[in-house]
Amino acid sequence: MAKLFILIGKRLLIGLVVLWVVTLIIFIGVEFLPGDLAEEILGQSATPESLAAFRKELGLDRPMHTRYFEWLGGVFQGDFGVSLANQRDISELIGTRFSNTLFLALLAAFISVPIALTLGILAALYRNSLYDRMVNILTLSTISFPEFFIAYILIYIFAVNLGWFPSLANVNPNTPFWERIYICLLPALTLTLAVVAHMMRMTRAAIINVLASPYIEMANLKGMKLSRIILHHALPNAWAPIINVVVINLAYLIVGVVIVEVVFVYPGLGQLIVDSVQKRDMPVVQACSLIFAATYVLLNLTADILSIATNPRMMHPK
Amino acid sequence: MIEQTKIPGESTDFAPPPPRLEKNFFRDALKELKKAPLSAKFGFVVIAIYVFVALFAPIIAPFGESEIVGSEYEPWGEGFILGTDNLGRDMLSRLMYGARNTVGIAFVTTVFAFLIGGIGGIIAATLGGWTDQIMSRIVDILMAIPQLIFALLLLTIFGTSIPVLISIIAVLDSTRVFRLARAVSLNVVVMDYVEVARLRGERIAWVTLKEVLPNILPPLVAEFGLRFCFVFLFIAGLSFLGLGLQPPTADWGSMVRDNATLITFGDITPLLPAAAIALLTIGVNFVVDWFLHKTSGLK
Repeated sequence: MAKLFILIGKRLLIGLVVLWVVTLIIFIGVEFLPGDLAEEILGQSATPESLAAFRKELGLDRPMHTRYFEWLGGVFQGDFGVSLANQRDISELIGTRFSNTLFLALLAAFISVPIALTLGILAALYRNSLYDRMVNILTLSTISFPEFFIAYILIYIFAVNLGWFPSLANVNPNTPFWERIYICLLPALTLTLAVVAHMMRMTRAAIINVLASPYIEMANLKGMKLSRIILHHALPNAWAPIINVVVINLAYLIVGVVIVEVVFVYPGLGQLIVDSVQKRDMPVVQACSLIFAATYVLLNLTADILSIATNPRMMHPK
Repeated sequence: MIEQTKIPGESTDFAPPPPRLEKNFFRDALKELKKAPLSAKFGFVVIAIYVFVALFAPIIAPFGESEIVGSEYEPWGEGFILGTDNLGRDMLSRLMYGARNTVGIAFVTTVFAFLIGGIGGIIAATLGGWTDQIMSRIVDILMAIPQLIFALLLLTIFGTSIPVLISIIAVLDSTRVFRLARAVSLNVVVMDYVEVARLRGERIAWVTLKEVLPNILPPLVAEFGLRFCFVFLFIAGLSFLGLGLQPPTADWGSMVRDNATLITFGDITPLLPAAAIALLTIGVNFVVDWFLHKTSGLK
């Protein structure tokens, strides 16, 4: 057990170092702006005096490392600074948008994980059958489709032709829960189609891998039913890779929402970052990328730790 | 991102390529092609058509790339086979030029990614020690940040011009090539003939290019196809967000975005560029699948 905790501790430490480097990259990146923030805001026509005054106001005249630590300290207290485009507090802009994005990603996860696991287990059970090959071709195709293609196909079928769902996912903080789910169903379905293939293939591979081991052959020779072998013998040992791939896909969902949010005009963090990149609103882009990157790093870290913790071999070291 | 994880069931050990005579290479390749499964043949045909259209777009396209030839959103018909777009430009012509721009840029980006990542990976494996440690840790950190977010951040800083776009994506994507190249090279650098080359006092460039590279080529070629698909989809996504290729360049991602309103009127024209992206990706995937099957000896 002690070995297990040391391993997990090591992973946590690496995760923290990565997060720290991410903040460094995001902060220092802005220093490479041609000119600086003051020039960016005031434009070409600003006089040197007004530039100097504005730099002083923004605190740009101080050395980089003090500004970095101030920025980092602010981030820890939830203070991301002020947007250049509309002078609003960034944490205020981000608050509801981040929860919207999380909601969409979670909804997609709730739909995609059960589907992927079922399809994957079935494909492993009936491998090399017609069903397996069909699923294989289908997954290969969905991997090949750009997300906005899937999104517009869904809009074309379900919103325009059938009229079942709205084509724009417009929610506000007062939207009731079930209506919110109804509105978010098409975006969530798009995300589901984008990640299901990968999760399914990994589940299939993990189970086939376990099925090749001698103890499964033994169970088989004893004349056990196939469903029992899969569920009671193979699955427990396949959990680690499966959990791993599920969490990695959650991390992917968090980032994958960007394009889907733009297609459905969903008021989430992805929409905000794309808008801000177009406006070159640096502080907002910094804040959004930090949140996205931190969520991504943390989820990947969780995947690593879970796969260490669920590995039966780690629990009983020789 | 998603493809960095290895599928546990699939072997990543590639057998070294069978020795063959250069002279017979093309005849052998043709023979292999005839035996290829239907999906791979389909993939080859698709790729061939795209390359043809991309190369000869100015000759076969009925109108110019950004030439305004009619009124906005004209329907499919006599004058304009696929109608016109939001500014009254011919859709078909723009689709053809799009093959040139979108596919061309994705291809160039992938080549750069392979030059950076491939050479880096082989050098890291050959030299080992500190060089390997430093390079691998840098790659680890670059890969820990989601690629799309990283690209958005860099695009804000450096602006959205084509050279910037190509270099950003090439560098971000080279991390994955680096990992693969390093992993497969590690199996090769322990071979006796590499040791002999080193003892002969050959320079590092010789060892990497003449001794290691030829033996890790098959997995790298397959990876090239997969990386190309990924880069292609990635650039299309960025263009769709309005941050990739800038107008008036014809580009499939931004074409979808510009004409998306048509979909709400039940017109599928905006889906054509997206379908063009999907078709090429599927074609390349089929070919890579077949190639991996052939070279890895998985039966």
